[in-house]
Amino acid sequence: MLHVENLKVRYGAITAVHDVSLEVKEGELVALIGVNGAGKTTTLSAIAGVVKTVSGSIYFEGQSIVGKSPEAILKLGVAVVPEQRDIFPSLTVEENLHMGAFSRHNHREYLADLKETFILFPILEERFQQLGGTLSGGEQQQLAIARSIMAHPKLLVLDEPSLGLAPKIVDQIFSLIVTLRTRGSTILLVEQNVNRTLDIADRVYLINNGRVEIQGTPDQLRSQGAIKDIYLGK
Amino acid sequence: MITFGFLINAISLGSLYALISLGLVMIYGVLKMVNFAYGELIMVGGYGLYLVGSKFNLPWIFVAAAAILAAMLVSYLTELVAFRHVREKSLTALLITSFAVSTLLQNGALLIISPRAKAVSLPKIFSSSITFLGITTPARNILTIAITILLLLGLSLLLRRTMLGIALRAASDNFRMTRMLGIPANLVISSAFIISGAIAGVVSLFWVGRTASVTPSIGQGPLLIAFIAIVVGGISSLEGAVVGGFVYGILFSFIGVLLPQTLLDYREAFMFVIVILILLWRPEGLIRVKYAEERVG
Repeated sequence: MLHVENLKVRYGAITAVHDVSLEVKEGELVALIGVNGAGKTTTLSAIAGVVKTVSGSIYFEGQSIVGKSPEAILKLGVAVVPEQRDIFPSLTVEENLHMGAFSRHNHREYLADLKETFILFPILEERFQQLGGTLSGGEQQQLAIARSIMAHPKLLVLDEPSLGLAPKIVDQIFSLIVTLRTRGSTILLVEQNVNRTLDIADRVYLINNGRVEIQGTPDQLRSQGAIKDIYLGK
Repeated sequence: MITFGFLINAISLGSLYALISLGLVMIYGVLKMVNFAYGELIMVGGYGLYLVGSKFNLPWIFVAAAAILAAMLVSYLTELVAFRHVREKSLTALLITSFAVSTLLQNGALLIISPRAKAVSLPKIFSSSITFLGITTPARNILTIAITILLLLGLSLLLRRTMLGIALRAASDNFRMTRMLGIPANLVISSAFIISGAIAGVVSLFWVGRTASVTPSIGQGPLLIAFIAIVVGGISSLEGAVVGGFVYGILFSFIGVLLPQTLLDYREAFMFVIVILILLWRPEGLIRVKYAEERVG
């Protein structure tokens, strides 16, 4: 479904991503792990079309999406929930969700989706008329994910959904990801919470210094001990 | 003297300033750029009144509609021809572009029309006065207040009840994220420019209505007013712009009556002192957002 090959991204003089290749197949939950500054978020930004690539290719369902606008990439079916959550603070929860459905232009489907959303995210029904900016971190994360799902993406990309959340809320978010996955979503998950991620992912890429260091199933990664080397230093 | 008539005058000026500020903050919201060519949109509206009014024998309401349409069209064209191409570059590039557009439009009017003031014919309502509750006041004042209220209501409906309006507000919060939700950047920005142009067009009717003439530099005054008003009101919201405009207009009227005759020439200086005091008291402007802006990460 998603093929990234030899991706290179530069911010001015600094190369954030040197050489990243990865693949997500339909129905998979693929995780991207690595320490801060490894190039995970930059890789996602390139997929979302919000940063320019230097070289390499990104294909989604066989179509090159390099150089396409973020709105065009969303229309093709890739929804990215960014690291900072980026909900609209001055819009109500309802309006935030409505914006998620912008690309679908169908009010009846929107109302049906809203019902689904309330089953998955009951807190959003409670907060429906509240401003997005007044929600707690965990609630904002749920809103951000719910908002992206409103667009019915073929591939859902989550950038560090557990970042800055209390442990209990992290549990909630991870079980939510599992729920989404069992409902058939294809997910690319970027995380720092390595153990939790290895528990739920089908395949994992470990990125270090802008390169894919290791890839494999969670079991393969666990047995190699390479994770420890990278996270704790050799 | 502070009379009821004076208050209507002050509120009318406040309404006009609120409208002026609203047009400027529309663009600021989505592009985070103060559009220095905004004053020239008011100028375009003014020349629209002059040209259409003097060349065709139409009822004034059509002349006014043509002027508003002209301002909308020119606003959209400046976005299409100039701003769209530098949008992805730096904010500095955008600002310089807005200065360039402003200069080009002004010089265009100078060369094509005339450097001298052109008389604009206005309907009777702009020069007549009406009497109610025992007070006589220029009808223009009441008209300004009424049109401002109507426009604010209309705009508020647009921004709260339509997908496009909500998208405009979303884009003011986080433009990149709106694009990542599939909302086309060009649609949002073009709409903001067209709405800003429409407001500038309406403003031009009243601004030109005060002197019944139009010059190439007529937009400079309102631009400065709008710029100060949105800073005073709080630049991050439309409500801030409206409040800032009203406060500016009403304070300015009060200074006019409270200052002794000999100091009236320094009216603007006194106004700026008050503005500085307000900003010392509330650096973010009068209207602040109701949620914490800092986030985790």
